[in-house]
Amino acid sequence: MTENMEAKVKEIMEDPKLTYPQRLIELAKAAENLPDPVALSEEAQWFVDRDIVFDMGEGNAPYRPRYVVPDYDKFMKQGSKFLMLDPPKDIWDAVSNLLILYRFVPSVIAGPVYVGHIDRLLDPFVKDEEEARHAIRLFLTHIDRTISDSFCHANIGPYDTRAGRIILELSAEMQRPVPNMSMIYNEHTPDDFAKKAIGTGLITAKPSFVNDAMYTADWGSNYAIVSCYNALPVGGGGLTLGRLNLKKLADVTESPEQLLNDLLPRAVAAQCEQMDKRDTYILENSHFLENTFLTEEGLIQKDRFVGMFGLVGLAECVNQVLHLTDPKERYGHGKQAEEFALEILERIHSQVEAYKPKYGKFALHGQVGISTDLGVTPNTRVPVGEEPPLPEHLLITAKTQKHFAAGIGELFPFEETAKKNPQAVLDIIKGAFAEGMRYFSFYSSNSDVIRVTGYLVKRSDIEKYDAGEACIGNSTVLGSGASKGLHIFERSVRSV
Amino acid sequence: MCKYGLVNRIIPFSCVDGPGNRSAVFFQGCEFRCAYCHNPETQNLCTSCGVCVSQCPTKALTMGDKGVLWNSELCCSCDQCLNVCPSHSSPKARWMSVDDIFQELQGALPFITGITISGGECTQYHQFAAKLFDRAHELGKTAFCDTNGQLPFREMPELTAVMDMAMLDVKAWNDERHRELTGKSNRIVLDNLNYLSEIGKLYEVRTVIVPGLLNNEETVEQVSRHLAHYPEIRYKLIKYRPWGVRPPLEVQPPSDQYMEQLRTLACENGANEVVLT
Ligand code: SF4
Ligand code: SF4
Repeated sequence: MTENMEAKVKEIMEDPKLTYPQRLIELAKAAENLPDPVALSEEAQWFVDRDIVFDMGEGNAPYRPRYVVPDYDKFMKQGSKFLMLDPPKDIWDAVSNLLILYRFVPSVIAGPVYVGHIDRLLDPFVKDEEEARHAIRLFLTHIDRTISDSFCHANIGPYDTRAGRIILELSAEMQRPVPNMSMIYNEHTPDDFAKKAIGTGLITAKPSFVNDAMYTADWGSNYAIVSCYNALPVGGGGLTLGRLNLKKLADVTESPEQLLNDLLPRAVAAQCEQMDKRDTYILENSHFLENTFLTEEGLIQKDRFVGMFGLVGLAECVNQVLHLTDPKERYGHGKQAEEFALEILERIHSQVEAYKPKYGKFALHGQVGISTDLGVTPNTRVPVGEEPPLPEHLLITAKTQKHFAAGIGELFPFEETAKKNPQAVLDIIKGAFAEGMRYFSFYSSNSDVIRVTGYLVKRSDIEKYDAGEACIGNSTVLGSGASKGLHIFERSVRSV
Repeated sequence: MCKYGLVNRIIPFSCVDGPGNRSAVFFQGCEFRCAYCHNPETQNLCTSCGVCVSQCPTKALTMGDKGVLWNSELCCSCDQCLNVCPSHSSPKARWMSVDDIFQELQGALPFITGITISGGECTQYHQFAAKLFDRAHELGKTAFCDTNGQLPFREMPELTAVMDMAMLDVKAWNDERHRELTGKSNRIVLDNLNYLSEIGKLYEVRTVIVPGLLNNEETVEQVSRHLAHYPEIRYKLIKYRPWGVRPPLEVQPPSDQYMEQLRTLACENGANEVVLT
């Protein structure tokens, strides 16, 4: 054990702010990072050394896919031989079976990043309304307290169900950040149900709305929203997430032409190489898929896994490379900035799409940022504090989200008045989806649970954490960092 | 003049001017002089007196041949001009055509369910408003009037026919009190209340609650008795708030408790849906 490692381990063990499970995760991560990183070509390494291409600190020796997205619907039908569970007969069996399975779904976080389309899973067992409410309350409480990570994500919708309504009502009542939640929205979603979801969202910052038509075009109908807002095939998931930092790329760029014709294609190639090698390591070296009952029982299969090509800092890249200082010309405002941004995205998209990895395929993902980011805006967003008026903000967001099949999201805080008129928020969502926006998160500026770039935190928990107390949710730690680096509490609040 | 309307300002998104998300167009000019007016700068047309020009810190205002000119590019929205205007007007009001207005709403259109015209008093421009509403309908948007009812809808057939719904202020039921508050009788307002209810074009009635200045109970009671016959019309009771009121009134905003009492009163008298705000 190197001295460094010993210091690191001690630091983790002695950190008073980490709970026991949080400590375990940190220790495992330290161990995973002991081997050397997967070897890269010199060219790719050049971009890695400059933090332009980043493996998200997933670990030098990835021993499982980043995001595992099991087919819970199948599990409900067949039970599990390995777990010695029969298919559920009532709502109690159903929540119990699911809670057991969650313990065996690995991800880059300690627990599952996806807990299922929970309304669709539970609705067949809703017989007595009050009993169902009781069971679902225990279910949600259990997830919040034991998985306690806001990257754990539940899906609901698009159809109006009794279970869906109970889940929305309980979420509004409990006001807890876990699980994160998305409402699959399409033309079959009744306005009434959508408005109920919006009412809940304005109280507790979830669910977000998913443009089902767009994701179905990418993946077919059997996809799920997981982690912050990643979209991935059900019965598989995401192997690794690479991240291209366009701001850091701009730092080494001298002209727009050099970016488009030289540096960008090379950086994209470097990231594809890194993802490809890491994906291959997971499948060929760590043998994760062969060693889990999830594969044996058909809940995941190899060919349903993809690689996520993430990116951040488009705004900074455009402003910096074009030397834009006038607020009217900068990204989010000026025509030239918009055209250049779309050109960059077009180029990245076609190169990534053309790349043929050894396993699966790669899809673009609008990465949400990490807590240590400073002066790098997540995905294609307009930097906090520079947002244009809401209509223009919606339009530029929609335009830049087009190619992100593996998920992207922007969030919009609304004033308290919107609570009295959820239809107004629904009108905005419908309009945004018609314009091509993929994913719409919102919250009310004065709620306790708020959204930090893609995940949820309790404002009151961050205050506690900053004051030196341990908190149950991992995301509190991230949120504390983001509140400083990304000025999340200073987002422009929308009055409609 | 029905090709243009004098527009005080346009708000692309509003969730407090009718159902759903709407763009709100505020017209300049009103015959009422409400003591509690929250937008006194919308009351009168500019007299070109020039007082505001020298007060603008960014030189956004200049005096041209036909009156004050406003350069929106230079304006920092400090509203100093509104504060100094001796005539309760605004140098920023613009004569706009239907095309001009929809040009400005271009970016908002995908996200709104309709437009609402307000003021000032929007019916001052009723012929223009009818044309504006025709265009809104062509674009698949609904068209609402936010009015204080100072002009008779019976005598504005084009506007009445084309508008989807109106939201009507009933400021005071007692005519004497109404005159004290607004400077005008409420005879036309109450006739509009009847007429719009009968033809099914009233979305909402609104009353601002000002303790100590108005007989709030009487107004709430009477309006609610009327609304008892029209359960589809909602009644919105608005708390008086001091923002923007010039000169300030010597009254306090009503308490939540008082607002609840009035809600109960409204329900007891037959109003079906009562909203407090
Ligand atoms: S609000 Fe009026 S005074 Fe202020 S900058 Fe604009 S035009 Fe000038
Ligand atoms: S806006 Fe008022 S102050 Fe300015 S010129 Fe017109 S009337 Fe005079």
